[in-house]
Formats: sequence, structure tokens, C-alpha cells
Amino acid sequence: MDLHTLTIKEAKSKLKNKEISSLELTQAYLERIEKIDPKLNSFVTVTKDKALQMAKDADEALSAGEDKPLLGLPFSIKDNFCTKDIRTTASSKVLDDFIPPYSATVVSRLMDAGIVHLGKTNMDAWAHGSSTATSDYGPTRNPWDVERYPGGSSGGAAASVASDEALAAIGSETAGSVRGPASWCGLVGLKPTYGRVSRYGVIAMASSTDSPGPLTKTVEDAATILEVLAGKDPHDATSSSLPVEKYSETMKAGKKMTIGIADDYFDGVDSEVVAKVQEALKLLESKGHTVKKIELFDPKYAIDVYTILMRSEVSSNLARFDGIRYGNDRSYFAEEAKRRMMLGTYALSSGYYDAYYKKAQKVRTLIVEDFAKAFAEVDVIIGPTLPTPAIKIGQADDPMFGEKADILTEPSAIAGLCAINMPVGFSSLGLPIGMQIMGRQFGESTILDLAYQYEKETEFWKQKPNL
Amino acid sequence: MKIDIAHIAKLANLPLQKEEEGKLATQLDATIAYIEELSQIDTSKVEGTNMVTQTKNVYREDEVDEFTTLSQDDALKNAKHKHNGLVLVPAILEEGDNA
Repeated sequence: MDLHTLTIKEAKSKLKNKEISSLELTQAYLERIEKIDPKLNSFVTVTKDKALQMAKDADEALSAGEDKPLLGLPFSIKDNFCTKDIRTTASSKVLDDFIPPYSATVVSRLMDAGIVHLGKTNMDAWAHGSSTATSDYGPTRNPWDVERYPGGSSGGAAASVASDEALAAIGSETAGSVRGPASWCGLVGLKPTYGRVSRYGVIAMASSTDSPGPLTKTVEDAATILEVLAGKDPHDATSSSLPVEKYSETMKAGKKMTIGIADDYFDGVDSEVVAKVQEALKLLESKGHTVKKIELFDPKYAIDVYTILMRSEVSSNLARFDGIRYGNDRSYFAEEAKRRMMLGTYALSSGYYDAYYKKAQKVRTLIVEDFAKAFAEVDVIIGPTLPTPAIKIGQADDPMFGEKADILTEPSAIAGLCAINMPVGFSSLGLPIGMQIMGRQFGESTILDLAYQYEKETEFWKQKPNL
Repeated sequence: MKIDIAHIAKLANLPLQKEEEGKLATQLDATIAYIEELSQIDTSKVEGTNMVTQTKNVYREDEVDEFTTLSQDDALKNAKHKHNGLVLVPAILEEGDNA
């Protein structure tokens, strides 16, 4: 048995039945990391000693009959989540030696749920990008083709799960940073509704859209993790007090749905991607779901709105990094962060605020209203997640690469909706292709339900890259 | 439109090299030209959205939250320059200035 190829559900049951120990499981992942991470660069920091200690503690708790939702399960965590006493860089040299004195709420919740923390995963620096090309620690490589990017910004997170270096990963999305890499690496990637999961202790990118979420092999794994992550946090005033559902049960409702599709989400998309998403839609129709054409606001405008809002919020959020209380000074910022801060500062500067930031906030209202209108007619909306399969290392040098690549995930992110990437097959080159299922705000149970129904028919997650 | 790069860099508190300024100016002009297409959309009757989930005015008691309080040692741990239990900051006033 290859211990490192399990799902959360399988590993939990084996731990419970004493077929394996958390220490054995953790050692299997650490060995895997030692063997293949020099090739992939998924991790910025591996916390081997801490992981082994946590595994031993978990084994004791398991013997004592303790029942925690993620007890003894080895996870990776994206390097923009503050982890107490563990270096946290956001993949930027500005924070090369930063050791947070506290943990993000997401991290505390995972620890309380019993995880074993394997280490911190690589990302685009400050989460600025859609490939990991902007990481100050070098790009992560896609496990399906190491000459290609894994997507980003949670690229290390996605590569760590796709290559079985971790059982599951915690990433974060501002607009596409969970769904995108999940798509390019053949994983389930869940971007929760804005405010469903706390942002406290996450190094901020754009505060009005940042949403932490899991990257996993299966839908059930994602649902199980969301149950742990979601909920009101007194330290994040924007977190929602709506009750958290038991997603791993509600996802089994098996509801027949009306699925909206919009032509604009397929325009200019790679023909193999379009074909695979169409195939998935046909399969869903054959299982009794209804596919309905809808009109949606042209996603090309979302690039403009997102670029203005995000870069403005970035310029404000990164202003605090002055190297005085922690980290290095502002000369350590690399090109992408400077580009984003400069445009954001310009957009917020005297005389330009109305033309840019305020205008973008108004168009955002139109996008929100447009989705509300669509969701009056349909239960979910489906489209491709990214316009192409994974691109080659070195091909992400357009100064707006990140914003343009994420065209199909930006509208829903701007509107604060929930969405999930599902693997729908492979390109002729053997690269994973993903589709996204977008739902209403706080409609996680609905998108997980459809994702689960689709997964049962396809099980693409069972295919593994050759590494 | 031409951005005054040196002015914006000063506002953003970013030290830029001369060659960087030139490259950024070209890229930012191109990005601004790109996002100008937003002006095609009529928003004369639309209010802006700041908070997508409609959450509003979340208050808390005005009291010390132990959870978010650091000890002096913890708060200073990451500072590179410190003196007598305080963070040393770059001087703003010149010697001899009368504040």
C-alpha cells in the first residue's frame, strides 16, 4: 500500500481502525517530499521535526479514543498564512526571515482539528500571479509536466497534492488562485463565498475578495475541510455569522439542477478545454440535470474591474511592509509587487479616485446584480476555469498576465460567490483540464452536491502523474 | 496619458532605479489604456459596492482582547533594530530641528 496516495476519507478510516499510525503516514509524506520536491519546488519551508512531533501527539490522541475531524492527517499550508513560530514569507524576500508570533485563524482551526503540518507551500510572491512565476524562491513545477507551471497563486499547494506530497492543501484565492492551480493540476479546488472563511492572519492581497480554501483530490475531502475552516471569527469583522452546514452530508442530496451556461465564458477558450467542458455538461444532462443558456456580463470587463480594485487594495495592504517591525525594507519588493503597488497608488491618488476605484466599484455592482438575475433562473453556472491547460515555464511575462489569465474566475470573485474547480479530463498532451461550478453566495452545499454527483461518474482524480 | 512615475513612487514609498522607472512607465501606461474600456459602461445610476456580502457595522466591545495581544518580547522578536525594549525607527527630524 502506498500510504501517500490516500484520500482524507480513506486515511481517516485506516487511522481509526489502527491499520496505520499517523507517524507512518507522516513519514511516508516526508519521504515523498524529500524524494520529489527538489524536482517540483512545491515547498518553501518543510517543517519535518514539528510534523513528526505532531504525528506522535496525534497517535496518542487516537489511542486515547479522541475524535477530531482531521486528527493525524498531513496537510500543507500556503505560505501566506501566518503560522506561529514557523517562517512565513508569502514567497517574497521582504519576509525572508519573518517568524510570526501568532497563527491565522484558519491555521488554528486546522491545528484544533488535529492536522499534522508538513510545511509551507510556494506561491506567486504576495499571491500576485497565476503561475508561481513571481515567487522569489523560483517557480513550482507542474507534476503532470515539469516543464510547465502548476498555476497560481496557490501553485505549490496544488503541486503538493497532485504529486502526493501532502494529503490535502490549504490555499487562498483573490480571483482564481485556488480554482486555477486546481484546474492545471487536476484537483478539486474550492473557493468559498467571501466571508465564509476567516481572513485573520492571512497576508492580505485584496481584502475585499480574499477567500481561503482547500485543494484536495476529492469533493468529499474538500467538504470535510470546509466544515473545519468555515464560521464566524471575532477577529475578522467581515466573516459571516451564518450557520456552517454539514457539507459532507449536504453534498449527498443528489438534487437535479438547472445549470446555466454563458457563451462569453467559452469565447476565445482553447478548443480542447471547450470540448471537455461540453462533454461534462452532456454527462450531467444525461443524469437528469438541465442545461440552460443564459446571458452574463461580458467577463472581459471583470479584468478591468479586478485590476483596479485588486491593485488599489494591494497598494494599501503592502504599505505596511516597511522593514521596521519585521521583515526587510521596501527595496526587497520584486517587479510584480512594484507594478501592482504603483498602479494602485496611481488609481487611488488625488484626482483619479473617481475615474478608477469608484468607477470599478460601480461596475462591480452591475456584476453582482447580473449574477443575482442569473441565479433567479438557474441553480449553478458552469464554465471553463482557465482558458488553456498549463503553459510552459517562461511564458507568463505579460505585465498583466495574472489578471488576463484569470478572466473566467474574476467575475465570480468580484461578486463574492462560491465556486469549485472539477477535473474534467486531459488534453491531447496529457495535461489536466478543469471546469468551474459557480454558486450563489453561501451556496457551498449546492455546488458541492453537483460536484459530488459529477465526480462519482468520472473519478478523474484516480489518475496520477508519472513522477 | 503619461504617469508621473517619480511622484507615484514617492506616494507608494518605493525606491526605484532609473531604468526601472522607464520600464514601469511604459507598462503602467499600457495597463491604464487597457482598463480605460470601463468608461464604455454607463454607471450614472449605480452605487458602488464596497462589501459584497452586505455585512455592515460589525462592532465589538472596546476592551483589551488577550488573544490579539502580544508580549513586548514577542512584538519585538522580528524587529531588526531595537533599543531598551523599543523598536528603533529611522530619524524623521534632523538634529537641531525644533519640533
